[in-house]
Amino acid sequence: MTASDVRRALTRIAHEVIERNRGLERVALIGLQTGGAPLARRLAAILEEIDGTAVPVGSVDVAFYRDDIGLRPVLPEAVTSIDFEVSGRVVVLVDDVLFTGRTVRAALNALNDYGRAQAVQLAVMVDRGHRELPIRPDYVGKNLPTRRDELVDVSEEGVVLGDLVAR
Amino acid sequence: MSDPMSDPMSGPAADPAADPGGWPVTATRHLLSIADLGRDGINEVMRVTDSFVEVGRRAIPKVPALRGKTVVSLFCEDSTRTRLSFETAARRLSADTMNFSASSSSLSKGESLRDTVETIDAMGVHALVVRHFSAGVPWQVASWVSAAVVNAGDGWHEHPTQALLDCYTIRESIGADAGLEGLRIAIVGDVKHSRVARSNVLAFSALGAEVTIVAPPTLLPPSLAGWPVVVSNDLDGVLPKSDVVYLLRLQTERATESLLPSVREYTAGYGLTRERGALLAERALVMHPGPMNRGVEIAAELAGLPNSLVTRQVANGVAVRMAVLYLLLGSGADLGA
Repeated sequence: MTASDVRRALTRIAHEVIERNRGLERVALIGLQTGGAPLARRLAAILEEIDGTAVPVGSVDVAFYRDDIGLRPVLPEAVTSIDFEVSGRVVVLVDDVLFTGRTVRAALNALNDYGRAQAVQLAVMVDRGHRELPIRPDYVGKNLPTRRDELVDVSEEGVVLGDLVAR
Repeated sequence: MSDPMSDPMSGPAADPAADPGGWPVTATRHLLSIADLGRDGINEVMRVTDSFVEVGRRAIPKVPALRGKTVVSLFCEDSTRTRLSFETAARRLSADTMNFSASSSSLSKGESLRDTVETIDAMGVHALVVRHFSAGVPWQVASWVSAAVVNAGDGWHEHPTQALLDCYTIRESIGADAGLEGLRIAIVGDVKHSRVARSNVLAFSALGAEVTIVAPPTLLPPSLAGWPVVVSNDLDGVLPKSDVVYLLRLQTERATESLLPSVREYTAGYGLTRERGALLAERALVMHPGPMNRGVEIAAELAGLPNSLVTRQVANGVAVRMAVLYLLLGSGADLGA
């Protein structure tokens, strides 16, 4: 995916979010740190362009909710920032790559500590498969079949598929 | 560092060399001294603390990070704030906590500290938070157990989590991300008997601050060789030039030990009285590790000033201790630099 492919996909996702929720009245976006946070901000800007509604945007770091704590170094990347009331809102979680689903599972738990969202939806730029939990996205930029050991990188320049460097 | 530092049994943590993106490691799984951390280690604790400060602001200020871990506080000396602060921190991380105080234990029946500690360790606990009236006990304990050991104050020696929370509180007030570069910090009072002073001198200077110690000669350590500090006996001269004034608690028995003519004389020379408050630079910050002797080292009305960070220190203490416990028990990384 090139940078303009990503932009087009975000625009399509924005339309889908508005259509599915019949407007943006109760919608809020929360990006998963670190890849999803900039995508959530871009999506919010596009939503405002289309609908004229500014939706609240936050970000969540799920380090403290991961299920692999103690198995590998798990350190927070950034401070969670959700400065709006979550309860009663339709929260769209935004991430760059959906892989095993474990990060999203952790994010759902984190979100629960902020309040009871009326509904939670999931938007991802790339779904690369290999799910290990019963989690599916509501909005997908691109389905990208990958090998388990490949690396998917979503950045300003677009989406790159590379070899996972041994670590 | 002493033996326990080079203990090859560094737990189940991943091989640090295999993860270049992880915690800067030369490895200790304990927090015994500020010197173990160095500048990078202190900054890493500060960075992780930011996340726990945010956790503390939530409606439910609790995360599941240390579920299933047990943290024991082993306190062989009286303490209110440090013990409660560590226990709050452990519970907000969803760890189980157990509380051990010397007076109600087998120690009072004559069991040795080593036997007591090994008994606790054998129950499979993950961290021991140790406060003891003798310097060096946390090192000893660390050499006996497989749990992580956190020094919560040993004699006159060190109190590393206090120094970490003080650094965090200063950074929070001045808004600096990088460190305390060039900040002028005066530590005032009974430096000789103060573990807080020792840890803070190490921490403040590691972050680039210029530390001045102000104390009567009888309350200075016998030697200051190797301390990166300037020493003064003239508080009035130091106050206007200080960005932070850190007051130490004066234990009033120091007067009966003839280290001081009287407590009143100490206050006249080294207390931050109301009159001296006027000498403070406009934005100077006033700190105290507590418990405060109002009217001795700090005037009662100064303790409540907007520049006083005393309550911020206590609030940040919980978040800093969460960061330390998380880094030791949860991050999978070793604490050290």
